[in-house]
Amino acid sequence: MKLLDAPKNQMVKIIDYEGGKGVGFKLRQLGLCPGREVKVLRFAPLGGPVMIDIGGRSVALGRGIAGRVKVEDI
Amino acid sequence: MRIGLIGQPNCGKSTLFNQIAGYKAETGNFSGTTVTFTESKVRLMGTIVDVVDLPGTYTLAGTNPAEREVIKYLTSNEVDVVVNVVDASHLSHGLSMTVELMELNIPMVVALNMMDEADRIGIRIDVDSMVARLGVPVVPMIASKGRGIQPLFVNAFQVGQKDEKPIQPQYSADLERALEVLVHDLMDVESHLKPRALALKLLEGDLEIYDNVVKQRPALMGDLQSIKDTLRHQRGRSSEWVINGERVAFADEIAASVIKQGMRRTTFRDKLDDILLHPVFGYVALVLILYLFFQIVYSLGGLIEAPLMGAFEHLEAWLVALVGGQERFFQQVLVGLVQGISGGVGIVLPYLVPFLVGLGILEDVGYLPRVAFLMDALMHKLGLHGKSIVPFILGFGCNVPAIMSTRILEDRRERFISAALSTLVPCAARLAVVFGLVAFYLGPVLALGIYLFNLFVIALTARILSKIVPDTSPGLILEMPVYRVPTVRTVVNKAWWRIREFIVEAWPLLIVGSVILAILNFINAALYLNILVRPISWILGLPTEVGVPLIFGVLRKELSLVMLGQALGSMSFGDVLTPVQMITYAVFVVFYVPCLATMLVIRKEMGTKVMWQIVAMTTIIATLAGLLARGLSEIIF
Repeated sequence: MKLLDAPKNQMVKIIDYEGGKGVGFKLRQLGLCPGREVKVLRFAPLGGPVMIDIGGRSVALGRGIAGRVKVEDI
Repeated sequence: MRIGLIGQPNCGKSTLFNQIAGYKAETGNFSGTTVTFTESKVRLMGTIVDVVDLPGTYTLAGTNPAEREVIKYLTSNEVDVVVNVVDASHLSHGLSMTVELMELNIPMVVALNMMDEADRIGIRIDVDSMVARLGVPVVPMIASKGRGIQPLFVNAFQVGQKDEKPIQPQYSADLERALEVLVHDLMDVESHLKPRALALKLLEGDLEIYDNVVKQRPALMGDLQSIKDTLRHQRGRSSEWVINGERVAFADEIAASVIKQGMRRTTFRDKLDDILLHPVFGYVALVLILYLFFQIVYSLGGLIEAPLMGAFEHLEAWLVALVGGQERFFQQVLVGLVQGISGGVGIVLPYLVPFLVGLGILEDVGYLPRVAFLMDALMHKLGLHGKSIVPFILGFGCNVPAIMSTRILEDRRERFISAALSTLVPCAARLAVVFGLVAFYLGPVLALGIYLFNLFVIALTARILSKIVPDTSPGLILEMPVYRVPTVRTVVNKAWWRIREFIVEAWPLLIVGSVILAILNFINAALYLNILVRPISWILGLPTEVGVPLIFGVLRKELSLVMLGQALGSMSFGDVLTPVQMITYAVFVVFYVPCLATMLVIRKEMGTKVMWQIVAMTTIIATLAGLLARGLSEIIF
């Protein structure tokens, strides 16, 4: 499942991500690495970013990126 | 002794720096406000120490220029001790950077900041066991309230003097074995990093360090690759994720062992995003907040401006009468002088002060990244990302920090477009022109209209530029900071810092410019300057006299209003300009050539070529926008 398709307000676990090094580095900076548990909080309208919760912090991800993060249910 | 302050964006590092150094660093509740190194001398335990505020970065992975600069600086022996500011309310995240700093093996102290915020969400931290786990002093503090600062620096001073190094983090056995092999190979390689740190950076895939090592030891390439392959084989993921995972696990484990989670008190703040980021109400709130913002700035400004300007007109008349009709030259100079002073006091300050205080509050509350979140979809339609909105918003204060803040954008294309566009954002000085001319004489609705028109032109320019330079970057990744109640102290300090800049740098220039213009006027030299600008003023249907204020406006944008009065022979613009002319002039001033200071910053950040490109671009845009505004306002009036 992609992070983008994860149901709202439900904890999911990051397992992998697709895409180049650039995205990986940026995700890593914000602590979004495989093994971490995150929760989708809200979607901005009109194809805007996705806001997720990671360890009590809120991070906004563009849909392009959220569509490349693979997650699984826990 | 030199102390380096380091921490992740939004951990309160700049707030701490300002507490000890007076107001020198720009703070704001969003990531990446600090983009340059700021140094300050502080008296501590009887000696003078240098404190350096380093740019806020999430990691030390060397993935962007700022991070690379930080690592080089930290390991260059110029810093005696590092103060690592960590947000106590997000401990495990903050500790991931602490772990990286420990790897560098330099003397350090952890400043456990925002203890009040941690307390609010029910986090209790066992500081003693944290000290034991990290092997470095840990000082709890609340930087915004000035608590814990004294013990922090006393500790830092002692650690620096004794040159105490932190414990080296130990990772899983397989990684440690790989590191051991690499460390052995790297023993005599020249680098600013110690072998173990160097080995970690190599496995992490730092390209610059890799190139440097391979140049010295080409044979190492094979070894490194086989170690990487082994790790990938064993762990099923590439070595950079292995290293990262190990660090995160280490940080998580420490955080878990020192935190006692109590009851989380849910407050209004936690619910605020449900409204402010709501798909409908969020935008209603955005418009409302911006509307209120401008309404308050306008009404406060108007309240102060009218009586002030009246007083200055009396003063001017009285002075002219005092000198008498015989001394024509002296009289002119005097009038120029008074108008320069009154321009600063009466027109610019009434709007500048409330605007900067308001902007400071919005910044510190943490609303700006929310604007980026709400506007990202729209920005995408322009070929940009939500993050690019930060320079725009800063640009409303002053274009100079806006240009500097484009450093937070990793992509060169994004930087160029954002810098070019943010010079089109009407800064506080141009705000004074719009408000002093259009709002004062034609009403606030039209002033708002000019702002909307400005947004439209920026959007159009963005579309065109993003077509010329195509997009390659992946998309928005932005942290939303916790809402905070701004402290009076930081807001006032910040506003004062920005206003002081105006008083010290701009005002004298304004007065001198005004006097020079008076002299030019007296010897009729203004005629030649006006002829130079005549092609543009003719197209826009403006009086010939606007040439001089427009030329001087490049020095400081305020001059284009103050000197306009001087050039036209009256500060009552309603009598000498038609409404159409006022609007056209204001629109042209909003867009044309960035002020000298902005031009110089662009040159410094992006080179002379880019500076001239932007100058040419803005001149063309200003003329076209002026024409359009002229046409539109002729329909209205």
